[in-house]
Amino acid sequence: MTWSDVLTQLFGGAHDVRADADFLSGTATFDGQPLTVVGTTHHAPIGFALALRQARVVLDTVAQHPGRAILLLIDTQGQQLRRHDELLGINRAMAHLGCCIDLARRRGHRVIGLVYDQALSGGFITSGLIADGCYALPEAEIRVMRIPAMARVTKLSEEFLTALSKTSPVFAPGVQNYVRMGGVRDLWSGDLQACLRDALATTPTEDVRAADGYLRGGRKVAAAVVEQVLAA
Amino acid sequence: MTHHPHPLNPRVSFAECPARERIALLFDEDTFKEWITPAQRVMSPHLAQLGVPSSFDDGVAIGEARLDGHTVFVAAQEGEFMGGGVGEVHGAKLVGLFKRALRDRPAAVVLLAESGGVRLHEANAGLIAVSEVMRALLDVRAAGIPVIVLIGGANGCFGGMGIVARCADHIVMSDIGRLAMSGPEVIEASHGVEEFDSRDRALVWRTTGGKHRYLLGDCDQLVDDDVQAFRAAAIAALAKRRPLSADVLEKEHALLAQRLVDGRETRDAVELWQRIGVTQAARVPDMNATQVRALRSREESTQ
Repeated sequence: MTWSDVLTQLFGGAHDVRADADFLSGTATFDGQPLTVVGTTHHAPIGFALALRQARVVLDTVAQHPGRAILLLIDTQGQQLRRHDELLGINRAMAHLGCCIDLARRRGHRVIGLVYDQALSGGFITSGLIADGCYALPEAEIRVMRIPAMARVTKLSEEFLTALSKTSPVFAPGVQNYVRMGGVRDLWSGDLQACLRDALATTPTEDVRAADGYLRGGRKVAAAVVEQVLAA
Repeated sequence: MTHHPHPLNPRVSFAECPARERIALLFDEDTFKEWITPAQRVMSPHLAQLGVPSSFDDGVAIGEARLDGHTVFVAAQEGEFMGGGVGEVHGAKLVGLFKRALRDRPAAVVLLAESGGVRLHEANAGLIAVSEVMRALLDVRAAGIPVIVLIGGANGCFGGMGIVARCADHIVMSDIGRLAMSGPEVIEASHGVEEFDSRDRALVWRTTGGKHRYLLGDCDQLVDDDVQAFRAAAIAALAKRRPLSADVLEKEHALLAQRLVDGRETRDAVELWQRIGVTQAARVPDMNATQVRALRSREESTQ
């Protein structure tokens, strides 16, 4: 689904979100309340500049509209793989975006992430994965890297990894795997307005992903290890 | 232990020490108490499934120690095991450490970071784990407990851990430490050798190394590759808590926006250093840490 189709289903005509190249921003009205929308499209590579643009919207929302909910629209191929961005410190720009979202959460803004198309590694860590909760459309794709690339790096055969990906959610791409591991709270289908309404009302502000991953059977040891450290 | 300081040759290379030896030499003698020891064998369930060798500590040691008499919580990533990659257990140990810090309020959390980022063998779990580490770290920072990151291992601090590091209050690097996002090999594989020649060591270090990060202000202290120098810098950082606020993040934003202007259409470190007013920029690659420190203090004193 395109970002504009998603927004039409969520808000009808009640939004002014515009795309400027890969960058999305604007305001929507939902159940009578204004809501900030910020994100990316065209499978954007998140570089230094694009991380800053998103951070600016979050900071402006915190400064000018205390408490206003923020919806992050996620479609990214991951971090920009360029020497220019590394030279400037892309990790610092991405950390800044993450810290801005974290600040918004602490100041009482609900922050909801929605992977509507594609989410990869670095582009995802400082957006949907640092929101109060991240959701996805069923047809979205989330991964760290594709199986052929993973085969090269891990020196395991593609056939072996493909076979294992059918049983192990831990390294196989797929949005359902992220749900099972607790990284994605739920998939949004059918009435998207009802999904957003429910997310705004029920998403916890605490990080419950390890516990969810355990309950859903996709990440069986993380929560127990955390408890073990607390009890040691 | 082979690396104990000798009276006539007191310098011990931080880069060459394994994680536990770094801890033993950096903190007050015999004060480290490890949580979840290798003997408990809390190991990755996923590596075994892939037929890949596991480690009894999943590549990270955590616990508490004293630093100049202060109780601090400690994590040290072991770069020799899967490049310090973050898997499910490794990440959960870090999350547990930060959650415990929030509960027990030590004087600081000191993270000896050495990592290529997410461990690809358990990629999805590692990615989620890194974001959990970020949130847990920011909880600790928000509580006014300083998080101090030390970077000086041969594997550098990359990927998700490069982001985690920049979420901390304070970063100390050696000149041979590296802090960045994507490794040069990944960029070369993606955009070609003319974009980033990963075998050009001088290029790699002036793009991601400690001296560059120090000149830009991406790390707070630059030290020699010496465990005692890291110790002294960590002690100095105990008082440097920097809780995040809207003001702090607005200043950070302005700094980064200016950097985007300074760095416009260049990917060359020397050119960027010249543009931000570093004197003798062309000579920086030949300078040692002490000489580079002098450059920044001159810059700061003229501001």
